[in-house]
Amino acid sequence: MIPPKGAIDCDIHTSIPNLEALLPYLEEHWREIVLLRGMDELNSISFPLKAADAARADWRPLSGKPAASLAQIQSEALDPFDTAIAICSSLYGIQLLHSEDLAAAFARAVNDWMVATLLSRDTRLRGTIVIPTQNPDMAVDEIERCARNPAFVQVLMLAGADTPLGKRHCWPIYKACERHNLVLGIHAGNTYRNPPTAAGWPSFYIEDSVAQAQSFQTQLTSLICEGVFSRYPALKVVMLESGFTWVPTHMWRLTKYWRGLRMEIPWVDRSPDEILRDNIRFSLQPVDTPPNAADLERIFEHLQSDRLILFSTDYPHARFDGTDAMPDGLSPSLMQRIAIDNPRETYARLTETVA
Amino acid sequence: MSRHVVATVAEIPPGRRKLVMVKGRPIAIFNLDGDFFGLFNLCPHQGGSLCDGIVTGLLQSSEPGVFSYSRKGEIVRCPWHGWEFDIRTGKSYCDPSRIRTRAYQVDTAAGATLIEGPYVAETVSVRVEEDYVVIDA
Repeated sequence: MIPPKGAIDCDIHTSIPNLEALLPYLEEHWREIVLLRGMDELNSISFPLKAADAARADWRPLSGKPAASLAQIQSEALDPFDTAIAICSSLYGIQLLHSEDLAAAFARAVNDWMVATLLSRDTRLRGTIVIPTQNPDMAVDEIERCARNPAFVQVLMLAGADTPLGKRHCWPIYKACERHNLVLGIHAGNTYRNPPTAAGWPSFYIEDSVAQAQSFQTQLTSLICEGVFSRYPALKVVMLESGFTWVPTHMWRLTKYWRGLRMEIPWVDRSPDEILRDNIRFSLQPVDTPPNAADLERIFEHLQSDRLILFSTDYPHARFDGTDAMPDGLSPSLMQRIAIDNPRETYARLTETVA
Repeated sequence: MSRHVVATVAEIPPGRRKLVMVKGRPIAIFNLDGDFFGLFNLCPHQGGSLCDGIVTGLLQSSEPGVFSYSRKGEIVRCPWHGWEFDIRTGKSYCDPSRIRTRAYQVDTAAGATLIEGPYVAETVSVRVEEDYVVIDA
Protein backbone atom coordinates (compact mmCIF):
# COMPACT_ATOMS: atom_id res chain seq x y z
CA MET A 1 0.00 0.00 0.00
CA ILE A 2 1.07 3.58 -0.53
CA PRO A 3 1.97 5.41 2.69
CA PRO A 4 -0.35 8.15 3.93
CA LYS A 5 0.22 11.61 2.48
CA GLY A 6 2.82 13.59 4.39
CA ALA A 7 4.77 10.56 5.56
CA ILE A 8 8.18 10.93 7.13
CA ASP A 9 10.63 8.55 5.52
CA CYS A 10 13.24 7.75 8.16
CA ASP A 11 15.70 5.86 6.01
CA ILE A 12 16.75 6.80 2.51
CA HIS A 13 20.26 6.38 1.20
CA THR A 14 22.09 8.97 -0.75
CA SER A 15 25.10 7.86 -2.70
CA ILE A 16 28.29 9.85 -2.88
CA PRO A 17 28.71 9.87 -6.70
CA ASN A 18 32.44 9.10 -6.35
CA LEU A 19 35.38 10.15 -4.26
CA GLU A 20 36.08 13.03 -6.59
CA ALA A 21 32.80 14.61 -5.51
CA LEU A 22 34.23 14.96 -2.00
CA LEU A 23 37.44 16.71 -3.07
CA PRO A 24 36.00 20.24 -2.71
CA TYR A 25 35.12 19.40 0.89
CA LEU A 26 38.49 17.97 1.89
CA GLU A 27 41.33 20.00 3.33
CA GLU A 28 44.32 20.49 1.04
CA HIS A 29 46.42 17.76 2.63
CA TRP A 30 43.70 15.13 2.33
CA ARG A 31 42.84 16.18 -1.20
CA GLU A 32 46.44 15.55 -2.14
CA ILE A 33 46.42 12.18 -0.34
CA VAL A 34 43.42 11.08 -2.39
CA LEU A 35 45.13 12.07 -5.63
CA LEU A 36 48.58 10.71 -4.77
CA ARG A 37 47.26 7.40 -3.53
CA GLY A 38 44.98 7.06 -6.51
CA MET A 39 41.93 6.56 -4.29
CA ASP A 40 38.76 6.53 -6.35
CA GLU A 41 36.10 5.02 -4.10
CA LEU A 42 35.32 4.17 -0.48
CA ASN A 43 32.59 1.64 -1.08
CA SER A 44 31.91 -0.95 1.60
CA ILE A 45 31.42 -4.62 0.83
CA SER A 46 28.40 -4.39 3.13
CA PHE A 47 26.60 -2.73 0.23
CA PRO A 48 27.95 -4.11 -3.06
CA LEU A 49 26.73 -1.76 -5.76
CA LYS A 50 25.81 -4.49 -8.21
CA ALA A 51 23.92 -6.66 -5.72
CA ALA A 52 20.34 -7.20 -6.80
CA ASP A 53 18.87 -5.60 -3.68
CA ALA A 54 21.25 -2.63 -3.66
CA ALA A 55 18.98 -0.68 -5.99
CA ARG A 56 15.58 -1.27 -7.50
CA ALA A 57 15.79 -1.80 -11.27
CA ASP A 58 13.79 1.33 -12.03
CA TRP A 59 15.95 3.33 -9.63
CA ARG A 60 19.22 2.16 -11.19
CA PRO A 61 20.49 4.75 -13.67
CA LEU A 62 22.14 3.84 -16.96
CA SER A 63 25.40 5.20 -15.66
CA GLY A 64 26.58 6.24 -12.25
CA LYS A 65 25.16 5.29 -8.88
CA PRO A 66 21.54 5.22 -7.77
CA ALA A 67 20.37 8.02 -5.45
CA ALA A 68 23.41 10.10 -6.29
CA SER A 69 21.77 13.40 -7.21
CA LEU A 70 19.08 15.67 -5.85
CA ALA A 71 17.02 15.19 -9.02
CA GLN A 72 17.08 11.41 -8.66
CA ILE A 73 16.07 11.59 -5.01
CA GLN A 74 13.28 14.07 -5.65
CA SER A 75 11.73 12.22 -8.56
CA GLU A 76 12.16 8.71 -7.14
CA ALA A 77 12.07 8.92 -3.33
CA LEU A 78 10.08 12.07 -2.51
CA ASP A 79 7.50 13.02 -5.14
CA PRO A 80 5.93 9.58 -5.84
CA PHE A 81 5.21 9.01 -2.14
CA ASP A 82 4.21 12.59 -1.37
CA THR A 83 6.82 12.44 1.37
CA ALA A 84 6.88 15.37 3.77
CA ILE A 85 10.34 14.71 5.13
CA ALA A 86 13.03 12.14 4.32
CA ILE A 87 16.06 11.46 6.49
CA CYS A 88 19.17 10.71 4.45
CA SER A 89 22.02 8.48 5.44
CA SER A 90 25.20 8.12 3.47
CA LEU A 91 26.56 4.59 3.58
CA TYR A 92 30.12 5.17 2.51
CA GLY A 93 33.13 3.30 3.85
CA ILE A 94 34.18 5.95 6.36
CA GLN A 95 33.74 3.69 9.38
CA LEU A 96 35.96 1.00 7.83
CA LEU A 97 39.11 3.10 7.57
CA HIS A 98 41.95 2.31 9.92
CA SER A 99 43.31 5.84 10.15
CA GLU A 100 41.34 7.94 12.58
CA ASP A 101 42.55 11.16 10.97
CA LEU A 102 41.58 10.02 7.48
CA ALA A 103 38.18 8.88 8.76
CA ALA A 104 37.57 12.22 10.47
CA ALA A 105 38.55 14.14 7.33
CA PHE A 106 36.24 12.07 5.15
CA ALA A 107 33.40 12.31 7.66
CA ARG A 108 33.65 16.10 7.57
CA ALA A 109 33.69 16.00 3.77
CA VAL A 110 30.66 13.71 3.54
CA ASN A 111 28.66 15.85 5.94
CA ASP A 112 29.57 19.08 4.16
CA TRP A 113 28.80 17.45 0.81
CA MET A 114 25.41 16.42 2.11
CA VAL A 115 24.59 19.94 3.29
CA ALA A 116 25.71 21.58 0.06
CA THR A 117 24.27 19.02 -2.35
CA LEU A 118 21.04 17.98 -0.66
CA LEU A 119 20.02 19.52 2.66
CA SER A 120 20.39 23.16 1.62
CA ARG A 121 18.55 22.56 -1.64
CA ASP A 122 15.35 20.82 -0.60
CA THR A 123 13.67 21.55 2.72
CA ARG A 124 12.08 18.09 2.72
CA LEU A 125 15.49 16.51 3.30
CA ARG A 126 17.16 15.97 6.65
CA GLY A 127 20.61 14.57 7.31
CA THR A 128 22.43 11.96 9.34
CA ILE A 129 25.83 12.98 10.68
CA VAL A 130 28.58 10.59 9.64
CA ILE A 131 31.15 10.33 12.44
CA PRO A 132 34.59 8.75 12.69
CA THR A 133 33.47 5.97 15.02
CA GLN A 134 37.13 4.91 15.21
CA ASN A 135 37.74 7.67 17.76
CA PRO A 136 34.88 8.81 20.03
CA ASP A 137 36.55 12.16 20.86
CA MET A 138 36.86 13.02 17.18
CA ALA A 139 33.31 11.73 16.66
CA VAL A 140 32.05 14.17 19.29
CA ASP A 141 33.93 17.02 17.60
CA GLU A 142 32.12 16.23 14.36
CA ILE A 143 28.75 16.03 16.10
CA GLU A 144 29.37 19.42 17.71
CA ARG A 145 30.38 20.92 14.37
CA CYS A 146 27.33 19.60 12.53
CA ALA A 147 24.71 19.95 15.28
CA ARG A 148 24.52 23.70 14.66
CA ASN A 149 22.67 22.91 11.44
CA PRO A 150 19.06 21.97 12.32
CA ALA A 151 18.82 19.91 9.13
CA PHE A 152 20.90 17.22 10.82
CA VAL A 153 18.61 15.12 12.99
CA GLN A 154 20.60 11.92 13.54
CA VAL A 155 24.07 10.44 14.08
CA LEU A 156 25.13 7.31 12.20
CA MET A 157 26.80 4.21 13.62
CA LEU A 158 27.00 0.72 12.15
CA ALA A 159 25.46 -2.38 13.68
CA GLY A 160 28.62 -4.35 12.98
CA ALA A 161 30.96 -2.22 15.04
CA ASP A 162 34.46 -2.75 16.42
CA THR A 163 33.11 -3.50 19.90
CA PRO A 164 29.59 -3.77 21.33
CA LEU A 165 28.11 -0.28 21.21
CA GLY A 166 27.09 -0.21 24.86
CA LYS A 167 30.74 -0.06 25.99
CA ARG A 168 31.59 3.05 27.95
CA HIS A 169 34.26 4.31 25.58
CA CYS A 170 31.39 5.10 23.17
CA TRP A 171 29.45 7.11 25.73
CA PRO A 172 30.78 10.56 24.80
CA ILE A 173 28.98 10.04 21.48
CA TYR A 174 25.71 9.26 23.23
CA LYS A 175 26.12 12.19 25.59
CA ALA A 176 26.53 14.49 22.61
CA CYS A 177 23.48 12.98 20.91
CA GLU A 178 21.37 13.51 24.01
CA ARG A 179 22.67 17.07 24.46
CA HIS A 180 21.63 18.05 20.94
CA ASN A 181 18.43 15.97 20.67
CA LEU A 182 20.05 13.95 17.91
CA VAL A 183 18.79 10.42 17.38
CA LEU A 184 21.43 7.71 17.40
CA GLY A 185 20.78 5.85 14.14
CA ILE A 186 22.30 2.39 14.07
CA HIS A 187 22.34 1.14 10.50
CA ALA A 188 23.02 -2.25 8.99
CA GLY A 189 26.63 -2.52 7.92
CA ASN A 190 29.94 -3.63 9.26
CA THR A 191 33.40 -2.26 9.92
CA TYR A 192 34.68 -5.82 9.39
CA ARG A 193 36.94 -5.69 12.43
CA ASN A 194 34.89 -8.74 13.46
CA PRO A 195 33.14 -11.38 11.38
CA PRO A 196 29.58 -10.37 10.54
CA THR A 197 28.27 -13.47 12.28
CA ALA A 198 28.96 -14.61 15.82
CA ALA A 199 30.04 -17.98 14.42
CA GLY A 200 32.76 -16.67 12.12
CA TRP A 201 33.18 -15.58 8.52
CA PRO A 202 30.44 -16.69 6.12
CA SER A 203 31.01 -17.30 2.42
CA PHE A 204 28.22 -15.34 0.77
CA TYR A 205 26.61 -11.93 0.65
CA ILE A 206 23.24 -13.47 1.50
CA GLU A 207 24.67 -14.80 4.76
CA ASP A 208 26.09 -11.40 5.65
CA SER A 209 22.73 -9.76 4.89
CA VAL A 210 20.65 -12.19 6.91
CA ALA A 211 23.13 -12.07 9.81
CA GLN A 212 22.66 -8.31 10.20
CA ALA A 213 19.77 -9.12 12.52
CA GLN A 214 22.24 -10.87 14.86
CA SER A 215 24.32 -7.71 15.04
CA PHE A 216 21.26 -5.60 15.84
CA GLN A 217 20.23 -8.01 18.58
CA THR A 218 23.71 -7.84 20.06
CA GLN A 219 23.74 -4.03 19.96
CA LEU A 220 20.27 -3.70 21.46
CA THR A 221 21.30 -6.06 24.26
CA SER A 222 24.60 -4.27 24.80
CA LEU A 223 23.06 -0.78 24.93
CA ILE A 224 20.53 -1.89 27.53
CA CYS A 225 22.80 -4.11 29.65
CA GLU A 226 25.73 -1.70 29.75
CA GLY A 227 23.36 0.95 31.08
CA VAL A 228 23.42 3.48 28.23
CA PHE A 229 19.76 4.35 28.82
CA SER A 230 20.22 4.41 32.59
CA ARG A 231 22.92 7.05 32.05
CA TYR A 232 21.29 8.87 29.10
CA PRO A 233 17.55 8.36 29.60
CA ALA A 234 16.56 10.87 26.91
CA LEU A 235 18.67 9.18 24.22
CA LYS A 236 16.63 7.80 21.34
CA VAL A 237 18.05 4.98 19.25
CA VAL A 238 16.61 4.03 15.88
CA MET A 239 17.68 0.73 14.35
CA LEU A 240 17.75 1.28 10.61
CA GLU A 241 17.29 -1.52 8.11
CA SER A 242 17.26 -3.88 11.07
CA GLY A 243 14.03 -5.74 10.42
CA PHE A 244 11.73 -6.02 13.41
CA THR A 245 10.01 -9.41 13.33
CA TRP A 246 12.76 -10.70 15.65
CA VAL A 247 12.12 -8.03 18.27
CA PRO A 248 9.32 -9.71 20.29
CA THR A 249 11.10 -13.02 20.76
CA HIS A 250 14.43 -11.37 21.49
CA MET A 251 12.85 -9.15 24.13
CA TRP A 252 11.06 -12.13 25.68
CA ARG A 253 14.43 -13.81 25.99
CA LEU A 254 16.32 -10.76 27.25
CA THR A 255 13.65 -9.87 29.79
CA LYS A 256 13.47 -13.45 31.06
CA TYR A 257 17.23 -13.68 31.51
CA TRP A 258 17.27 -10.28 33.20
CA ARG A 259 14.97 -11.60 35.92
CA GLY A 260 17.57 -14.12 37.00
CA LEU A 261 20.79 -12.34 36.09
CA ARG A 262 20.03 -8.69 36.76
CA MET A 263 22.40 -8.62 39.75
CA GLU A 264 25.23 -8.43 37.20
CA ILE A 265 23.79 -5.16 35.90
CA PRO A 266 21.97 -3.53 38.82
CA TRP A 267 21.77 -0.21 36.92
CA VAL A 268 19.16 -1.92 34.73
CA ASP A 269 16.54 -1.45 37.41
CA ARG A 270 13.49 -2.06 35.23
CA SER A 271 12.53 -4.59 32.66
CA PRO A 272 14.52 -4.41 29.39
CA ASP A 273 11.18 -4.52 27.64
CA GLU A 274 10.21 -1.23 29.31
CA ILE A 275 13.51 0.36 28.36
CA LEU A 276 12.99 -0.67 24.74
CA ARG A 277 9.58 1.00 24.69
CA ASP A 278 11.03 4.27 25.99
CA ASN A 279 14.24 4.47 24.01
CA ILE A 280 14.46 2.25 20.93
CA ARG A 281 12.66 2.30 17.58
CA PHE A 282 12.96 0.37 14.32
CA SER A 283 12.58 1.37 10.69
CA LEU A 284 9.89 -0.31 8.62
CA GLN A 285 11.72 -1.50 5.48
CA PRO A 286 12.92 -4.07 4.77
CA VAL A 287 9.92 -5.92 6.18
CA ASP A 288 10.65 -9.61 6.59
CA THR A 289 7.43 -10.29 4.69
CA PRO A 290 5.59 -13.06 6.48
CA PRO A 291 3.59 -15.26 4.09
CA ASN A 292 0.32 -13.46 4.72
CA ALA A 293 -0.93 -10.21 6.18
CA ALA A 294 -2.45 -11.84 9.24
CA ASP A 295 1.01 -13.01 10.30
CA LEU A 296 2.24 -9.43 10.24
CA GLU A 297 -0.69 -8.40 12.42
CA ARG A 298 0.39 -11.05 14.91
CA ILE A 299 3.88 -9.57 14.98
CA PHE A 300 2.42 -6.19 15.90
CA GLU A 301 0.35 -7.85 18.62
CA HIS A 302 3.53 -9.38 19.98
CA LEU A 303 5.27 -6.01 19.87
CA GLN A 304 2.49 -4.84 22.23
CA SER A 305 2.89 -1.30 20.98
CA ASP A 306 2.07 0.76 17.92
CA ARG A 307 4.91 3.19 18.75
CA LEU A 308 7.97 1.15 17.86
CA ILE A 309 8.06 1.18 14.06
CA LEU A 310 8.99 4.20 11.93
CA PHE A 311 8.19 4.48 8.25
CA SER A 312 11.04 3.99 5.81
CA THR A 313 11.34 3.14 2.14
CA ASP A 314 15.01 2.15 2.37
CA TYR A 315 15.34 3.89 -1.02
CA PRO A 316 17.05 3.00 -3.35
CA HIS A 317 17.31 -0.55 -2.05
CA ALA A 318 14.89 -2.97 -3.67
CA ARG A 319 12.29 -3.73 -1.00
CA PHE A 320 8.91 -3.33 -2.75
CA ASP A 321 7.42 -2.45 -6.11
CA GLY A 322 5.96 0.87 -7.18
CA THR A 323 4.80 2.88 -4.21
CA ASP A 324 3.78 -0.14 -2.08
CA ALA A 325 6.08 0.89 0.75
CA MET A 326 3.52 -0.06 3.39
CA PRO A 327 3.04 -3.82 3.80
CA ASP A 328 -0.47 -5.25 3.73
CA GLY A 329 -2.16 -5.95 7.02
CA LEU A 330 -1.76 -2.57 8.74
CA SER A 331 -4.85 -0.69 9.88
CA PRO A 332 -5.25 2.96 8.80
CA SER A 333 -4.59 4.16 12.34
CA LEU A 334 -1.43 2.06 12.62
CA MET A 335 -0.24 3.37 9.25
CA GLN A 336 -0.79 6.92 10.47
CA ARG A 337 1.30 6.21 13.58
CA ILE A 338 4.09 4.54 11.63
CA ALA A 339 4.21 7.11 8.83
CA ILE A 340 3.79 10.35 10.76
CA ASP A 341 3.29 10.27 14.54
CA ASN A 342 6.07 7.88 15.51
CA PRO A 343 8.78 9.62 13.47
CA ARG A 344 7.77 13.02 14.84
CA GLU A 345 7.82 11.75 18.41
CA THR A 346 11.22 10.15 17.90
CA TYR A 347 13.13 12.81 15.95
CA ALA A 348 12.88 15.83 18.23
CA ARG A 349 14.78 18.05 15.81
CA LEU A 350 12.13 17.68 13.12
CA THR A 351 10.26 20.45 14.91
CA GLU A 352 13.07 22.87 14.14
CA THR A 353 12.70 25.05 11.09
CA VAL A 354 15.15 24.42 8.33
CA ALA A 355 16.16 27.42 6.28
CA MET B 1 -6.03 -19.42 60.02
CA SER B 2 -4.46 -21.23 62.94
CA ARG B 3 -1.22 -20.99 64.87
CA HIS B 4 1.38 -23.67 64.37
CA VAL B 5 4.48 -24.37 66.39
CA VAL B 6 7.07 -25.32 63.81
CA ALA B 7 10.48 -25.19 65.50
CA THR B 8 12.41 -24.17 68.54
CA VAL B 9 14.10 -20.77 68.31
CA ALA B 10 17.39 -22.47 69.09
CA GLU B 11 17.36 -24.61 65.97
CA ILE B 12 17.13 -21.59 63.56
CA PRO B 13 19.88 -19.18 64.69
CA PRO B 14 20.27 -15.78 62.99
CA GLY B 15 21.18 -16.15 59.31
CA ARG B 16 19.83 -19.70 59.13
CA ARG B 17 16.63 -21.15 57.74
CA LYS B 18 14.46 -24.20 58.00
CA LEU B 19 11.90 -25.81 55.75
CA VAL B 20 8.71 -26.80 57.59
CA MET B 21 5.37 -28.24 56.52
CA VAL B 22 2.19 -26.57 57.71
CA LYS B 23 -1.16 -28.04 56.70
CA GLY B 24 0.64 -29.81 53.86
CA ARG B 25 2.28 -26.64 52.58
CA PRO B 26 6.07 -26.19 52.48
CA ILE B 27 7.16 -22.96 54.17
CA ALA B 28 10.72 -21.68 54.43
CA ILE B 29 11.42 -20.02 57.80
CA PHE B 30 14.27 -17.46 57.86
CA ASN B 31 15.88 -15.84 60.90
CA LEU B 32 17.07 -12.29 60.11
CA ASP B 33 18.93 -11.05 63.18
CA GLY B 34 16.35 -12.53 65.52
CA ASP B 35 13.28 -11.65 63.48
CA PHE B 36 11.57 -14.61 61.83
CA PHE B 37 9.95 -14.60 58.38
CA GLY B 38 8.15 -17.33 56.47
CA LEU B 39 7.88 -17.70 52.68
CA PHE B 40 5.82 -20.20 50.73
CA ASN B 41 8.67 -22.34 49.51
CA LEU B 42 7.78 -22.66 45.82
CA CYS B 43 9.23 -20.02 43.50
CA PRO B 44 6.30 -18.53 41.52
CA HIS B 45 8.35 -18.94 38.35
CA GLN B 46 8.68 -22.72 38.11
CA GLY B 47 8.52 -23.99 41.66
CA GLY B 48 12.16 -24.04 42.77
CA SER B 49 12.71 -24.50 46.49
CA LEU B 50 13.49 -21.05 47.85
CA CYS B 51 14.79 -22.55 51.09
CA ASP B 52 17.66 -24.02 49.07
CA GLY B 53 18.58 -20.71 47.39
CA ILE B 54 21.55 -18.45 47.99
CA VAL B 55 20.82 -15.80 50.60
CA THR B 56 22.34 -12.50 49.60
CA GLY B 57 21.82 -8.76 49.88
CA LEU B 58 20.03 -6.16 47.79
CA LEU B 59 22.19 -4.95 44.91
CA GLN B 60 21.24 -1.58 43.50
CA SER B 61 22.96 1.06 41.40
CA SER B 62 22.69 4.81 40.99
CA GLU B 63 24.52 4.64 37.65
CA PRO B 64 26.41 2.11 35.53
CA GLY B 65 29.55 0.92 37.26
CA VAL B 66 28.35 1.89 40.74
CA PHE B 67 27.36 -1.06 42.94
CA SER B 68 25.39 -0.39 46.10
CA TYR B 69 25.03 -3.43 48.35
CA SER B 70 22.65 -3.26 51.30
CA ARG B 71 20.33 -5.40 53.42
CA LYS B 72 22.83 -8.25 53.57
CA GLY B 73 21.10 -11.57 54.18
CA GLU B 74 17.60 -10.31 53.35
CA ILE B 75 17.27 -11.47 49.74
CA VAL B 76 16.98 -15.07 48.63
CA ARG B 77 17.74 -16.18 45.08
CA CYS B 78 15.83 -19.13 43.71
CA PRO B 79 18.34 -21.95 43.12
CA TRP B 80 16.87 -22.73 39.71
CA HIS B 81 16.94 -19.46 37.73
CA GLY B 82 18.20 -16.86 40.17
CA TRP B 83 15.04 -14.82 40.60
CA GLU B 84 15.40 -12.71 43.75
CA PHE B 85 12.84 -12.45 46.54
CA ASP B 86 12.67 -10.15 49.53
CA ILE B 87 12.63 -12.42 52.57
CA ARG B 88 10.65 -9.81 54.53
CA THR B 89 7.79 -9.52 52.03
CA GLY B 90 8.01 -12.35 49.51
CA LYS B 91 8.05 -9.82 46.67
CA SER B 92 10.27 -10.48 43.65
CA TYR B 93 12.79 -7.90 42.55
CA CYS B 94 11.88 -8.18 38.88
CA ASP B 95 8.15 -7.52 39.17
CA PRO B 96 7.22 -6.95 42.82
CA SER B 97 3.57 -6.13 42.27
CA ARG B 98 2.80 -9.21 40.21
CA ILE B 99 5.44 -11.82 40.98
CA ARG B 100 5.66 -12.72 44.66
CA THR B 101 5.60 -15.71 46.92
CA ARG B 102 3.26 -15.71 49.89
CA ALA B 103 4.75 -14.33 53.09
CA TYR B 104 3.55 -15.77 56.41
CA GLN B 105 3.42 -14.09 59.78
CA VAL B 106 6.01 -15.75 62.02
CA ASP B 107 6.51 -15.02 65.73
CA THR B 108 8.28 -16.47 68.68
CA ALA B 109 6.61 -17.52 71.89
CA ALA B 110 7.70 -18.90 75.21
CA GLY B 111 6.81 -22.50 75.84
CA ALA B 112 4.93 -21.53 78.98
CA THR B 113 2.46 -19.43 76.98
CA LEU B 114 2.05 -22.09 74.34
CA ILE B 115 1.27 -24.86 76.81
CA GLU B 116 -1.98 -23.03 77.51
CA GLY B 117 -2.95 -23.08 73.79
CA PRO B 118 -4.66 -22.69 71.44
CA TYR B 119 -2.01 -23.86 69.01
CA VAL B 120 -1.19 -26.78 66.76
CA ALA B 121 2.05 -28.61 67.37
CA GLU B 122 2.14 -31.31 64.78
CA THR B 123 5.83 -32.07 64.82
CA VAL B 124 7.24 -30.12 67.71
CA SER B 125 6.64 -31.09 71.30
CA VAL B 126 6.48 -28.04 73.52
CA ARG B 127 8.26 -27.69 76.83
CA VAL B 128 7.80 -24.83 79.26
CA GLU B 129 11.47 -23.81 79.39
CA GLU B 130 11.99 -23.50 75.58
CA ASP B 131 11.15 -20.66 73.12
CA TYR B 132 9.36 -21.58 69.93
CA VAL B 133 8.80 -20.36 66.39
CA VAL B 134 5.09 -20.00 65.71
CA ILE B 135 3.49 -19.41 62.32
CA ASP B 136 0.02 -18.24 61.36
CA ALA B 137 -1.19 -20.33 58.48
